[in-house]
Amino acid sequence: MKALASALGAGFVFGTGLWVSGMANPKKVLGFLDITGDWDASLMFVMGGAVAVTLAGFKIYRTKIPAPTLKDIDFPLVAGAAIFGIGWGIAGYCPGPAITALSTLSMESIVFVISMVAGGLLHRVVQRA
Amino acid sequence: MHDFTPISALTGGALIGLASVWLLAANGRIAGVSGILHGLFSPPENQWRAWFISGLLLAGLAWQAAGAPVPLREGFPLGWAAAGGLLVGFGTRMGGGCTSGHGVCGLGRLSVRSLVAVLVFMASGMLAAYVTRHLIGVTS
Repeated sequence: MKALASALGAGFVFGTGLWVSGMANPKKVLGFLDITGDWDASLMFVMGGAVAVTLAGFKIYRTKIPAPTLKDIDFPLVAGAAIFGIGWGIAGYCPGPAITALSTLSMESIVFVISMVAGGLLHRVVQRA
Repeated sequence: MHDFTPISALTGGALIGLASVWLLAANGRIAGVSGILHGLFSPPENQWRAWFISGLLLAGLAWQAAGAPVPLREGFPLGWAAAGGLLVGFGTRMGGGCTSGHGVCGLGRLSVRSLVAVLVFMASGMLAAYVTRHLIGVTS
């Protein structure tokens, strides 16, 4: 029960951070990714602020970090990251912001999240084949 | 750069980082949202994931209830939203992470794999944004 409460709380704080930072705004995300437009560098500060905290915090709790199952820089890592980036650059949503944006019941967030779940399941099917 | 908002970006980023440290400290889990989402369909370890996702949704509801500005985008073509979602779902599963898992958490634990992933998805994201907005002309 305690573990579920902390998961809920962490999700809530994480989601609030997405709204405060502007990450939940796909127009702002695209304003960052589109460096040839009227470039908005703000999102660099989102990652900077987040990583500054995780660098310190993960050091304190390093014994709790699950051992990584994969170590090599392999084809799935690079190709998967490239495919993810393309989708992100098209729509302006990555997974966290898309899920918290669902709370607005906007049609685009509903379509995006359903497609994102389908994309994950599709990979599962492709991998089994 | 008239939309430049470094203070709210830093503050929000710090909250995201704090939430990630909290989940690690309390649950021994990495706050990678794509992994948490895809893991929803893999019982039995899906209960805490459902609660984390609920927290994300509740944050959006609380944000709106508090009357904070909700920047809704009007008229973005739904076909492109679907294409983007499919690629994000497939790619994050194949590459084992997204902006949170590889970015916020992977960089936080100095993972070289995650650094490579971040550099690749930033580059392909910038390229895709350029192509769709300037060459194809998808706007909203």
